[in-house]
Amino acid sequence: MHLPDGFLDGKTALLTAGAAGTGIALALRQVKQTLAPRQTPMLGLAAAFIFAAQMINFPVLAGTSGHLVGGVLAGVLLGPAAAVIVMTCVLMVQCLMFNDGGLLALGANVFNMGIVNVWGGYFVFRLFQRMPWMEPNRATLFAASFAAWFGTVLASLTCAGEIACSGTAPWGVTFPAMASIHILIGLGEGLLTGLVLTAVLRARPELVAGWGGQQRVGGSGFLSYGLLVSLGLAVFVAPLACPWSDGLEAVAKTLGFEHRAAGPLFPSPLGNYHLPFIRSAATATALAGVAGILVAFIGAWLLASRLVPKLAARKDHANSQG
Amino acid sequence: MRCGRVGRVPPAAKLALAFAAVLLTVLLPRKPDPLYAVPAAILLGAVVACRVSPIYLLRRLLWAEFFILGIAILSLFSPETRPVCLAVLLKSNLCVTAMLLLTWTTPFHEILRVLRRLRLPAVMLATLALMSRYLPVLGEEARRMERARASRTYGGGRRVIWRSLATVLGQLFIRSADRAERIYLAMTARGWK
Repeated sequence: MHLPDGFLDGKTALLTAGAAGTGIALALRQVKQTLAPRQTPMLGLAAAFIFAAQMINFPVLAGTSGHLVGGVLAGVLLGPAAAVIVMTCVLMVQCLMFNDGGLLALGANVFNMGIVNVWGGYFVFRLFQRMPWMEPNRATLFAASFAAWFGTVLASLTCAGEIACSGTAPWGVTFPAMASIHILIGLGEGLLTGLVLTAVLRARPELVAGWGGQQRVGGSGFLSYGLLVSLGLAVFVAPLACPWSDGLEAVAKTLGFEHRAAGPLFPSPLGNYHLPFIRSAATATALAGVAGILVAFIGAWLLASRLVPKLAARKDHANSQG
Repeated sequence: MRCGRVGRVPPAAKLALAFAAVLLTVLLPRKPDPLYAVPAAILLGAVVACRVSPIYLLRRLLWAEFFILGIAILSLFSPETRPVCLAVLLKSNLCVTAMLLLTWTTPFHEILRVLRRLRLPAVMLATLALMSRYLPVLGEEARRMERARASRTYGGGRRVIWRSLATVLGQLFIRSADRAERIYLAMTARGWK
């Protein structure tokens, strides 16, 4: 999902850089308020950890392999604001040290993998973690693995939207391609996030910041990031995905600047196609997405219920040993 | 110095040059155009001046090529974006070459110094510095744990692999948390605040 340079046009690169900058500034403000000086080195080590974890490939389908993005894992382990900083640093080092991801595309990459992935996943995590009828251990594991899947797919959607918004490839093609791959990769991400979290919870539960919901995230943080992520989705995904994208042009017309623009700001979503299968591919992918949500949801549920007895067993064992 | 005379150029200038090269390339018209020869010639000159080994360059380019080709193929599917495909391929390859030259000539700690002068927030500078310092350490630690794991679970099916991969990663996180604690103590002992 690391976008190289050359695929985004100036408008998209600027927009995403602005969004990424806003997100980082918000995260820095929160981290300054909540992070104890003692935890400062932890950010650097966690960034190195996420980088190392991203280097491990797992098989997706015959031939292809995916790797962890790790945004949701970092969000659960360190808290979302710290995770934004950590992911930004990981992406900067990948760009400036290892040529993974472009320099002008850095804003887009930070926005997709550092902000949409982390916060999109974290919203889902907090939503499901608070289910009162579930045991807290199980709720945490279930919420984290489902959120990891969700965050991955959401990030791939904004990534596809940015490519389409730049006019590099039509949304009717980028959406099915990116989404279908990441619906699968996301399953690996969810599984690995759940398993890694179990391993940490089993040995040192006090290290998990999102543990039992004791972590404090200010309401303003939720609000501003919710706004940022939904703005990103609204700008890059909604006008392309929805049939009412013409509304944007209607707004431009009423505001009277439609004639000033050299062309339409956004390429029309599914218009002007001569290939009928593209339209059906987009629909099919949307359906596959719904199926993917179900599979990921049930998978995370089963994973959590399989793993929780192991946690409990280990704890009893530790207690009996004194 | 492995990059000859270019190594003496201040890192800030190298970063600015790479940025300018990428910007210039990205702003070129999105169709095959003789203008593409300009950044290509500049970069070719830079490749010669920096004495990059061509094998290294080709290998890294090839490595980036999978994703680049993947997206470029997507643009072939619609008649509107079809003319863009070749331009996009050219652009991203030129940009990747420019960034390869930057990383070849400039070690990360020098880039870090430039970022410090650019007033990057202190939290991010500390994170970047610690991260680049401890990446090889953590990599070595992961390799050691993986080797130990492999010697204990000889063979083993797919399920074992997933489970043990996760255990290695979980342990790696715990060890990095412990290491962060020790680093903090060492830093405060040396007067960091």
